[in-house]
Amino acid sequence: MDSVRSDSGPAARANGAARTKLPTAIKILIAGGFGAGKTTMVGSVSETRPLRTEETLTDRGVGVDDLSGVEEKKTTTVAMDFGRISIGDAHVLYLFGTPGQERFWFVWDELALGAMGAVVIADTRRLADCFPSVDYFERRGTPFVVAVNCFEGARRYDLDEIRMALDLGPAIPVVLCDARQRESSKNVLVALVQHAMQTRSTKEPIAG
Amino acid sequence: MTHLSDDPSEEQWIDDEAGRIVRPYVMTRGRTEPSRGRIDLITLVVTLNPATPVDPGLGPEHHTIVRLCERPLSVAEIAAHLDLPAGTVRVMLGDLVDRGLIAIQEPARETDVLDLETYKAVLNGLRTL
Repeated sequence: MDSVRSDSGPAARANGAARTKLPTAIKILIAGGFGAGKTTMVGSVSETRPLRTEETLTDRGVGVDDLSGVEEKKTTTVAMDFGRISIGDAHVLYLFGTPGQERFWFVWDELALGAMGAVVIADTRRLADCFPSVDYFERRGTPFVVAVNCFEGARRYDLDEIRMALDLGPAIPVVLCDARQRESSKNVLVALVQHAMQTRSTKEPIAG
Repeated sequence: MTHLSDDPSEEQWIDDEAGRIVRPYVMTRGRTEPSRGRIDLITLVVTLNPATPVDPGLGPEHHTIVRLCERPLSVAEIAAHLDLPAGTVRVMLGDLVDRGLIAIQEPARETDVLDLETYKAVLNGLRTL
């Protein structure tokens, strides 16, 4: 493509600037129960301290296919912690800790839209806390990995035991991690992106 | 009045903000929708013209955005830096786009599937982090 002489008028220049300067932004969700280590993981692997943003989201009702009776829309403001990882000049990864409370489940559709994948952090002392996250991403078809956060003093479980307890299919990666450690959190993200890439290449044939 | 697009998923009623926090609502002069299409939390913004003109339609927060975005930043980051709800920032970004002071990324994707090169680049980038 000849992009050298496209510079004519302010609009073209604005476009050119946007195209050359702006990287691709990618979203990854960090989910799990309250206190499982979501913000800790965001902080350990991000290039800055976790930031917090407030987003106003629309309640579109629980039944996605049900188009009736959703006239009465409600909005809710949720706070999310997030971090940034710059990858070269071309990509920026944003990690969003999803709001923990169950009453915010309905907002997830908006957050999950366009996400590359999700990490579900499991705390073995309260394993049931991550059931809703696993259910949600399974139902929605968002690629996810389960990261078992090894808290000090918590009993160590075999990965297969955890897989069974969470009723996970064999394709879903389960990894151990220490959310406080940058290297460990980084490995979780690597596992997720690998899994998301595989899921993507097998996605289309499955449809039929 | 608020402009509505045909796609119901693009409707973002944030009028509740007015009841809860008055100041952001005042900054957007009552508007709850940006003048441009869908702006996601990770939509990136970059300043095109750092020499912001004197414009009665622009407040100090607008100028701060122009200054912040000399390096590309996401809507979420701008909102965090300004300590404002993302919805308020969206409206102000619309003002700045209208004046040609900033550029925003293409509208957010409506699917989850990215191109293979993106996965590879992210994977390699993470490994060498």
